[in-house]
Amino acid sequence: MTSYGSDLIVILPELIVVAAACLVFVLDPLTPHSRKELLAWLSLGALALCIGLTGGQISVLNLRLPAFSDMVVVDGYARFWKLLLYGVTGLTILMSLPYLKAEGLHLGEYYGFILLALSGMMVMVSGADLLTIYLGTELMSLSLYVMAGLKRTSPRSLEASAKYFVLGAFSSGLLLYGISLLYGLTGSTRLNAIADALGTKGFDDPLLLIATILLTVGFGFKIAVVPFHMWTPDVYEGAPTAVTAFMAVASKAASFAAFLRVFIEGLGGLRGDWSNLFLVLCVITLVLGNVVAIVQTNIKRMLAYSSIAHAGYALIGVVAAGRAAGESGGTSGIASVMLYLTFYAFMTLGAFAVIAMFRKGGLEGEDIADYTGLAKRQPVAALMMLVFMVSLAGIPPTAGFLGKFYVFMAAVEAGLSWLAAVALLFAAVSAYYYMRVVMLMYMREPEAAVIDSPHLVTSPALSIVLACAVAGVILLGLYPNPVVSLALQSVLMLR
Amino acid sequence: MQTGGFPWLTVLIFLPLAGAGALYFVKETHARVMALVITAADFLVALPLWWLFDSSSSHMQFAEHVQWITSPPIHYSLGVDGISLPLVLMTAVLMPLCVLISWESITTRLRTFMAVLLVMEGAMIGVFVALDFVLFYVFWEAMLIPMYLLIGVWGGPNRLYAAMKFFLYTLAGSMLLLVAVLVLYFYGGHTFDILALSQVTYSASLQMWLFWAFFAAFAVKVPMFPFHTWLPDAHVEAPTAGSVILASVLLKMGAYGFVRFSLPMLPDASRMMTPLMAVLSIAAIIYGAYMALAQSDLKKLIAYSSVSHMGFVTLGLFVMNQEGIEGAVMQMVNHGITTGALFLCVGMIYDRTHSRLISDNAGLAKPMPRYATCLVIFALSSLGLPGTNSFVGEFLVLIGTFLWSKAATVIASLGIILAAVYLLYMVQRVAFGTPSPRELPRLQDIGPREFGTLVPLVVLVFWIGLFPNPLVSRMHASVSKTLETMARTRVAPTSHPSAAHRPSIVLTATDQPQADRP
Repeated sequence: MTSYGSDLIVILPELIVVAAACLVFVLDPLTPHSRKELLAWLSLGALALCIGLTGGQISVLNLRLPAFSDMVVVDGYARFWKLLLYGVTGLTILMSLPYLKAEGLHLGEYYGFILLALSGMMVMVSGADLLTIYLGTELMSLSLYVMAGLKRTSPRSLEASAKYFVLGAFSSGLLLYGISLLYGLTGSTRLNAIADALGTKGFDDPLLLIATILLTVGFGFKIAVVPFHMWTPDVYEGAPTAVTAFMAVASKAASFAAFLRVFIEGLGGLRGDWSNLFLVLCVITLVLGNVVAIVQTNIKRMLAYSSIAHAGYALIGVVAAGRAAGESGGTSGIASVMLYLTFYAFMTLGAFAVIAMFRKGGLEGEDIADYTGLAKRQPVAALMMLVFMVSLAGIPPTAGFLGKFYVFMAAVEAGLSWLAAVALLFAAVSAYYYMRVVMLMYMREPEAAVIDSPHLVTSPALSIVLACAVAGVILLGLYPNPVVSLALQSVLMLR
Repeated sequence: MQTGGFPWLTVLIFLPLAGAGALYFVKETHARVMALVITAADFLVALPLWWLFDSSSSHMQFAEHVQWITSPPIHYSLGVDGISLPLVLMTAVLMPLCVLISWESITTRLRTFMAVLLVMEGAMIGVFVALDFVLFYVFWEAMLIPMYLLIGVWGGPNRLYAAMKFFLYTLAGSMLLLVAVLVLYFYGGHTFDILALSQVTYSASLQMWLFWAFFAAFAVKVPMFPFHTWLPDAHVEAPTAGSVILASVLLKMGAYGFVRFSLPMLPDASRMMTPLMAVLSIAAIIYGAYMALAQSDLKKLIAYSSVSHMGFVTLGLFVMNQEGIEGAVMQMVNHGITTGALFLCVGMIYDRTHSRLISDNAGLAKPMPRYATCLVIFALSSLGLPGTNSFVGEFLVLIGTFLWSKAATVIASLGIILAAVYLLYMVQRVAFGTPSPRELPRLQDIGPREFGTLVPLVVLVFWIGLFPNPLVSRMHASVSKTLETMARTRVAPTSHPSAAHRPSIVLTATDQPQADRP
């Protein structure tokens, strides 16, 4: 029993988040409708506590704390992702406060679900057992299904929720099937035991190939790479914008974290084989994501395709990690994925924060055309959107450039210069649709003087979010050293 | 490379950048004065470098070296040599003039316009003085957004198309440059230091790949012959200051890239590609000149003359001898002065008649004598009249070309004749034609502000034309060093002498870097 106590201390942040979520659900009926923001502050308080707990361990990077007989592990890698997830969740909550009010959706349980999703993600990033990771994935996904359908009166939101649920459930089934096959082959669901059992087998065993493919499909759905991306545009478009931001950033980051851990720690012996598989996915993701984004007229759909493309860029790091020769070769690849998603988090959150508060006649202004002439009416908002778009396009001196820089550096190091060249050419393609938003904001005049012209509703909470995002994009673009060294020190070791 | 002392270059880069931010703290009506003060101050900071520069040394001077990003090692590393010094000074001279020419012609969002100009200045100087490849790339790319805004917000009727075309062309070109930078890092001993990378010998096949990657970025920027189509569009639509910056500074960056990176780092590939580069350059000279002949729009005419003149620059660079490269660098500066001045002239007349068509702007010598005088001086300089600046540059380039191939020289010289044809024909109509009565009342001669914009350039035209030696002597040592670097790294295509202290690098069949990792 005493060992259980120490196990519980290891997962204390998770416990705090879950407890806070439960508290929110209990307190929700007791809070009057006008005071729901108290629940948001409660959630933020819980997050602050977690940041303190996890951040306090950051100085002891090599501290590896396994718990529950190796089902869960809190290592530097998990701490890195957790800190990122806390930050993203905190900013999402801040963004949601004014957004939900403006949409007339200020429901207390929203904050409960967001915390539950966070706890699922935390389990995902520190899961060292396929089943733990699966449980975390499900907890996250189920919460997100509900959040996507939060706008109960909007058919689009309901469609998004239903679609997300059906496809998500299907992909979870495939993931579970892959896990069971792997268990049958190796006799364990624990990642290190799987790695030991597999040794350096390779894909000679067809079942192993099938298991790997099933795992890839399951995770590919969560991180939205082509051809498992079909749900993304519809769900991103239909879901409430704050939820879309949360899905695009937090869920993608957590899924990448778990995906990397499974394939590096568990299936690291097969890396020569799976890296070929991912190479194909990576190239088609880059091509399709970037090309289809060009023709979008809805900005949320455009960002959905752009998020698919960004998953492709992050995947380059995974391929590079798999291809890298030598003992420590994978480090730069894994670190580049961690950095890419960190930088991506700031710019994407920022862009969605602008979108979330962009109103046209009481509704959300989602058409790209609504941004016409924004620079005249709201120069500060337009300037921020410019910064986010430039960063998403990967142009220095923003964080987006450095994210690409590290990923491509890992690719070139792994001997994949051609992949870097292809990806960079598609980055030039992506610049077209990002710059089109800039063009509309700065270079076009609105067609006619509409009385209810689109405008940005500002609020203190939103200003905090935007300030954090802009500061993150620019400061990390100019001085990334702290984050880079943290990522390099907390990468997973290829076995 | 001596370090320490006053951080001249940092001040040069960051004064305008800080100024751009400061503009937002003054009243909109004061933005012009403030921008003028900042650009003038930047020029005053740049000016002492001319005398402080030690022309006998081929080393990087006024160097600064600070660690920027620890992993991978990227440094904030700056310095100028005889090749970059004239370009930095030229940029610093032109920017106050760009502010002056926009004094009245820019009426919308004046403050932002000035801020964008200042950001451009910082980034452009950064490109010329960066000694770390990543730092260079950051400045190189960071320039795109302000230029995009400059064309797209304050440009002519077709500005959106032109801005996007400019942006995508140059961005696509520079993307391959980034891959090349990363490849060089792994094959060149795990460093981004431009000087260190220039000392490493790369295998012939790797050089070839890198050469094309560099080419994609630099040839679009120059622009060399088949990649020039963005240039007329961008020039025509950009506001006057934008055209001046484009023609005078941005085009030089491509040529600067060739001389700073392609030649010293990839000497074998450059030598192998010399015939092709010469053919493309001569094609640009002739084609640009022919296109200029056919234009009725003044800005387009000058834009195509740019293509032609930049052909001389690339020709001079790739014949790879002292005269050729010195002539090319001279020509870079001269083209910056002369073509910048011509664009200023077109801007002035456009402010009056709101037309850039030659037919609308005929016969200006009577109503606008001062203007016509300046225009004729710059046109004569552009066609390479002895006594003006361009003569020196083009002459040196042709000498260099003569040493390489007599036939090429003969064909390239045709470009000079054609230049005389299209420029004199233009001058004949614009200065000495019959003015249309409709426009006459609007044609007031240039005032003190406009005159003040042109006079410094007139002085430079004659000063460089008559006394080129101060300029040539400053670049002499650096050009010799570039040639020495090229000669020293000449290798047989298959093997290379391994330097004992340096990681020896060869391109193996599997494309794996074999550098010893630290």
